[in-house]
Amino acid sequence: MGPISPFDPASGQALAISNLFILTLVIGGVVFLLVTSLVVYASIRYRSRQVGPDPKQVFGNRRMEIAWTAAPAGLLLVLFGFTLHAMAVSDPPVSPSQSPDMVIVAHQWWWEVRYPQDGVVTANEVHLPVGRPIRLRLESADVIHDFWVPALGRKMDATPGHPVTYSISVDKPGLYLGTCAEFCGAQHAWMRIRVVAQSPADFNRWLSQQAAVPTPAKTEAASRGAQLFQSLTCSSCHAIAGTAAQAQVGPDLTHLADRQTLGAGVLDNTPDNLKRWLTNPQAYKPGSYMPNLHLSPDQVDALVAYLESLK
Amino acid sequence: MSDTALVPESHEALPRISAAGGLLSWIASVDHKQIGIMYLLISLFFFGVGGIESLLMRIQLAQPGEHFLSPQEYNQIFTMHGTTMIFLVVMPLLIGFSTYLVPLMIGARDMAFPRLNALSFWLLVFGGFLLYYSFIDGGAPATGWFSYAPLSESAYSTSKGVSYWALGLLAVGTGTLATAINLMVTIINLRVKGMTLRRVPLFVWMVLVNGFIILFAMPPLNASLIMLLGDRLLGAHFFTAAGGGSPILWQHYFWAFGHPEVYIMILPAWGMISEIIPVFSRKPIFGYEFVAGSSVAIAVLSFAVYAHHMFVVGLGHPFDAAFSLASLTIAVPTGVKIFNWIATMWGGKIRFKTPMLFATAFLVLFTIGGISGVTFAMVPIDWQTTDTYYVVAHFHYVLFGGTLFGVFAGLYYWFPKITGKLLSERLGKWHFWLTLIGFNLTFFVQHLLGLAGMARRVYTYPNFPGWGDMNLISTVGAFVLAIATLVLVWNLIVSLRRGQSAGDNPWEAWTLEWATSSPPPVHNFDSVPPVRGRRPLWDLAHPDQADEMSPARAGGTNA
Repeated sequence: MGPISPFDPASGQALAISNLFILTLVIGGVVFLLVTSLVVYASIRYRSRQVGPDPKQVFGNRRMEIAWTAAPAGLLLVLFGFTLHAMAVSDPPVSPSQSPDMVIVAHQWWWEVRYPQDGVVTANEVHLPVGRPIRLRLESADVIHDFWVPALGRKMDATPGHPVTYSISVDKPGLYLGTCAEFCGAQHAWMRIRVVAQSPADFNRWLSQQAAVPTPAKTEAASRGAQLFQSLTCSSCHAIAGTAAQAQVGPDLTHLADRQTLGAGVLDNTPDNLKRWLTNPQAYKPGSYMPNLHLSPDQVDALVAYLESLK
Repeated sequence: MSDTALVPESHEALPRISAAGGLLSWIASVDHKQIGIMYLLISLFFFGVGGIESLLMRIQLAQPGEHFLSPQEYNQIFTMHGTTMIFLVVMPLLIGFSTYLVPLMIGARDMAFPRLNALSFWLLVFGGFLLYYSFIDGGAPATGWFSYAPLSESAYSTSKGVSYWALGLLAVGTGTLATAINLMVTIINLRVKGMTLRRVPLFVWMVLVNGFIILFAMPPLNASLIMLLGDRLLGAHFFTAAGGGSPILWQHYFWAFGHPEVYIMILPAWGMISEIIPVFSRKPIFGYEFVAGSSVAIAVLSFAVYAHHMFVVGLGHPFDAAFSLASLTIAVPTGVKIFNWIATMWGGKIRFKTPMLFATAFLVLFTIGGISGVTFAMVPIDWQTTDTYYVVAHFHYVLFGGTLFGVFAGLYYWFPKITGKLLSERLGKWHFWLTLIGFNLTFFVQHLLGLAGMARRVYTYPNFPGWGDMNLISTVGAFVLAIATLVLVWNLIVSLRRGQSAGDNPWEAWTLEWATSSPPPVHNFDSVPPVRGRRPLWDLAHPDQADEMSPARAGGTNA
């Protein structure tokens, strides 16, 4: 059903939900056809165009009424059994004593992604190794958000003051899309998620590359961009490892050039788009906390040269 | 039941301002019929406003990446659309019909507390306009009709919108509480001689049960609104985590109101359907006791299901499972009614006048909403589907396909009583078919959008395969619905001016409101026919086969 549907599961957890959902829709479809057929049949069969004597006055039938109360009740009880089973499979218990593999902090309107055991921080893109359960701790820095990647399974609210730890997993490598699902203010629409599932070897390679301090390009423009990043207001919100910029207000930009999108999904990450974004972020993500800094075209070019070399 | 008539049978109009005519006769009225009509008119007005808001949203969403509205504008408009449709359209429509019809159906002169009745109505008007005043004082609320904290707190919603929202809803909610008490006291105390509680029309029964739900559901809302105002205006911290409060507490309060509210918005419509299907099938309701009893079951259960709105908060499996079981259970007494209504049609002689067309479509559309509703009770499915367009589709099938189709049926059915004029059948059929087509075009495709991963409450969306096309279909449907609504308004105006005269009882119905003139006199009845069963006018017309011959059919014997 497209790139972001619960019916394209990529994990056993999501598959359990998909199976339960399909079963329920089939049963619901049968009930719907039954009711609709009865309504249509009665409407055609008992339609009366001329006024005549009244039909037989029937006031009820206790036995039939008990039957059509009991039958749905039995059916729903069976569905409840399936529900309990699918809950256990799709949301397996997590030991509260173990530290999380990954911490995701939701912000208005981006995702901070941390791998605490490796000291890696990134944003809006979640890299996962396939084939093993990941303990994910979900927090919010401001309002309520919701982390939802349909191919992985359940959505979970990120509530301030109420961090939750749960287990996610993914079976096959690939790109899986998601989004914030709880309304969180002006830019709720552009708070999208990309999950990159990798083989364990690829994932470890990615982790160690992310843990390293990037080497910016040696061009004149890039070094001017590096200076501008520190001297303009950029560094009061963003961090880049290996520099003086360590602020945590906006997304960490240490390996920005590696990321697929800008502004949590609003633009593809290309030098041209980064130029547009830096020239006026409010044109693409109005209401977001990144202001229009009224940079000159020269300044923008220098910053783009610097940031797009941070691999 | 004592033999004493509880209602003084006045044959003379009391001196009233309404006798003078003119605008003042409406503004100063304490007559339940005038107040009921004013409820219906203000609901129709806000239906237009909420409808225009929905068109603005659908234009913005017609294609990916539209710039018709800014995100800030879109968020205000979807918040106002939801708040308007729930508090200023659906509830006042149902309360309006209840206020107009209940005294007539039980053979009473007026409501138990006529002045309180007027106060309730004017609180609604005040609350509604207070809410809309926010647009010209810094911007409307942009936090959704559910206004989750901490987004609704002053740190994140800096304009005054949310405060207007809370104050407006407090006024409306207080009026609703007063109306509920008024209707309950009226039904319990002012029934005409012979009309035991087991004999009241099912509409009256549903309004009575609804009164109990309102009585217990509004206080959590009103309390939490005051706490929210305390947070916003007085520096309290009920719902801010940093100050020691809890954002989840707001959700408990809000849904402890919010889910019973769903039933508040459907029960009177079920009552209308339970009046209309029998009359147009020429048969009594099939299983009066089951329809009445199942509604009581729903009223009780409605307070035990609210946290299925909170399955994604992460409160643990035992918590989720308990509310899952209760939510699945409530589907049973709901489903029972569908079968009872179909059985009422079975073996009848069905006349498909416009009220019956809407009532029949209601059965199918409400079933779709009911079935998708069951999927939300099943926790893992809810974990995937909540906060997507699948939910938007679901509750529009319940509230539009269900409640509003029921209300349209009721409007065509009782308009002749209210005005003395029949609505045009020709325009009525246009209205029906355009509404049916427009409704399904708009909302069916939203199920698919949700299952394709589209989240709710987004002002725009990425250009994923099929999303643009499905959204465009939905937008086209919304405009068909707008045209249908214009046909309705045209029908109301034209029929009022030169509609066919209705007579007292154009549908050959059986309940007491049809025993008086159309429109009824100020004092409602010159004389009330004897009530010995559930269908007094049937008994009057068929003395040889009256319901009263069989006590079970009539609802017990006369003590």
